[in-house]
Amino acid sequence: MQFTKLLATAAVALGLATTAMAQDKTKVGFVYVGPVGDGGWTYEHNQGRLAVEEHFGDKVETVFVESVPEGPDAERVMTQMALEGADLIFTTSFGYMDPTINVAQKFPNVKFEHATGYKRADNVSTYSARFYEGRAIQGHIAGKMTKSNIVGYIGSYPIPEVIRGINSAFIHARKANPDVQFKIVWAYTWFDPAKEADAAKVLIEQGADVVLQHTDSTAPQAAAQAAGNVITFGQASDMGEYAPMPRVSSIIDNWAPYYIARTQAVIDGTWESTDTWDGIAPGMVGIGEISDAVPADVKAEALALKDAIAKGEYHPFTGPLNKQDGSAWLADGEVADDGTLLGMNFYVEGIEGDIPQ
Amino acid sequence: MDFSSINPILLLASLMVMATPLLLAATGELVVEKAGVLNLGVEGMMITGAICGFAIAVNTGSPILGLFAAAAGGAALSLLFAILTQFALANQVASGLSLTLFGLGLSALIGQGYQGIKPPPFPRLEIPLLSDIPVLGPILFRHDIVVYFGIALVVAVWWVLKNTRAGLVLRAVGENHDAAHALGYKVVRIRILAIMFGGACAGLGGAYISLIRVPQWTEGMTAGIGWIALALVVFASWKPWRVMLGAYLFGGVTVIQLNLQAAGVAIPVEYLAMSPYLITILVLVIMSADKSSAPASLGRSFHASQ
Repeated sequence: MQFTKLLATAAVALGLATTAMAQDKTKVGFVYVGPVGDGGWTYEHNQGRLAVEEHFGDKVETVFVESVPEGPDAERVMTQMALEGADLIFTTSFGYMDPTINVAQKFPNVKFEHATGYKRADNVSTYSARFYEGRAIQGHIAGKMTKSNIVGYIGSYPIPEVIRGINSAFIHARKANPDVQFKIVWAYTWFDPAKEADAAKVLIEQGADVVLQHTDSTAPQAAAQAAGNVITFGQASDMGEYAPMPRVSSIIDNWAPYYIARTQAVIDGTWESTDTWDGIAPGMVGIGEISDAVPADVKAEALALKDAIAKGEYHPFTGPLNKQDGSAWLADGEVADDGTLLGMNFYVEGIEGDIPQ
Repeated sequence: MDFSSINPILLLASLMVMATPLLLAATGELVVEKAGVLNLGVEGMMITGAICGFAIAVNTGSPILGLFAAAAGGAALSLLFAILTQFALANQVASGLSLTLFGLGLSALIGQGYQGIKPPPFPRLEIPLLSDIPVLGPILFRHDIVVYFGIALVVAVWWVLKNTRAGLVLRAVGENHDAAHALGYKVVRIRILAIMFGGACAGLGGAYISLIRVPQWTEGMTAGIGWIALALVVFASWKPWRVMLGAYLFGGVTVIQLNLQAAGVAIPVEYLAMSPYLITILVLVIMSADKSSAPASLGRSFHASQ
């Protein structure tokens, strides 16, 4: 009798001790859409996770699951993370939006942060970066550098974020070169090197000598390299192993400061549901080094554009701008509001083709 | 919509590249099925070949060595299937399916750490004089060596099956293994060799994707080509030339649909994306309306005592 009592007490004490220890550490979970080695989008999110670990040391424990499909599977992964005691979960792809909201309802004490979405709740924040600011710079370089006047664009999914990038790149390519045309292929994937390579090859075969991508792998870079005189831009990550040609510059996502700040907020108990959308100025969007393959004057113009955007002097969506059908969108000098940008579902005037519905 | 931007020469050239993995895997599977074995593990062997080839090519810096490793990897995995079905007399359908699942998992395991790595570039074969011929040069004579190997393989398989004693024995084993056994042929040994040949071809096809076409490694990158290869063998009525036709048709429609999309054709992307599968199957079904049929012993286990 006494022996069992002793055992039970020991067990309870042990249990308390372990829970106490577990509570000491803040557990932060990350759900990734691709593998951490994709060299693009997921790679940068994982760099953010590593920065959190380095910043907080023993105070924080991080966990991640990679290559999680967008859909019901994501819900299962998030639920598992929440059950295992995660205090804060970052879900890092647009398609995790509804799963995040669903799981967040079941775990009101767990904080969720959903990247690039627009649905929030008391325990769900959203955060994204103004990639379109970087796209403007890419568009400018593309317009100046293309000789065939054909720019290929590999789209992932026809969602506002991607369409915004196409529009921003197109507007600035046209400003730099009134004859430029965009050819757009939808890959319907965020990460599938085979599909991305096929798309890039087809665009190159159709005369594109600049390939922009909104997919996460380096396969289009490899295709451009094989083709020779085609330039590309690193997507989400620097993709510097393809510099100086074909990769002439890049958009780099820097999530580390945000991840550290939000983890700190959870530790301090000051976390609140917010909506963050930062661009070049706060450093969430970085422009990778513009390589020597770009002529010096074009590089100077691109950097000037970057400075103007960073200082807030210039907004990439400044009128006069028309929609694809010719109807007026922004008057001269008018700047697009965030609401329109977030829900953007139309091409600007001059882009050919339809957005798949 | 601007069709003039589609270059038919480049289209035909990339069609051959697109079709090669499918052609290799399907030709291998055709030999396996001609020997009376149904191996549904093509997808698993392809993806295993893809990572074996990629890993060896990255580590040795030689893409050619990578191709050999891919063939060896695919053959090694198929040996597992051979042991299960030829010695343990396990059900071929179940063994093949599990081989695919096993191959996908195994390749993901081996592939840890190979994601996002750049493999050594594959040398492009520039045949002097021939590659300078206008039109025909770019279409036929500026490919890598595997494209030509694929075509040569089809020719060789067709010729061996039709005109040689070895081909006759292989077909006999596939049509009636009891009779072949009674005549003194080693049914099990012949089938194991056929299975390994199929595995090596599938592995090579997988490595073509990871080393030459993409070139990069990612989990599940064969994306169902192995299943298409299986279907192709059936719809091609177990005839090598039709397998080649089907593979080129599939590759061609795949390339054309991407080109149409880039040219801004107003067909929904979903229809374009499914078109290669639909058109290939449709054409081959119409063609297979003749009286040729499957090898009679296909999928049946053989044991000398039965």
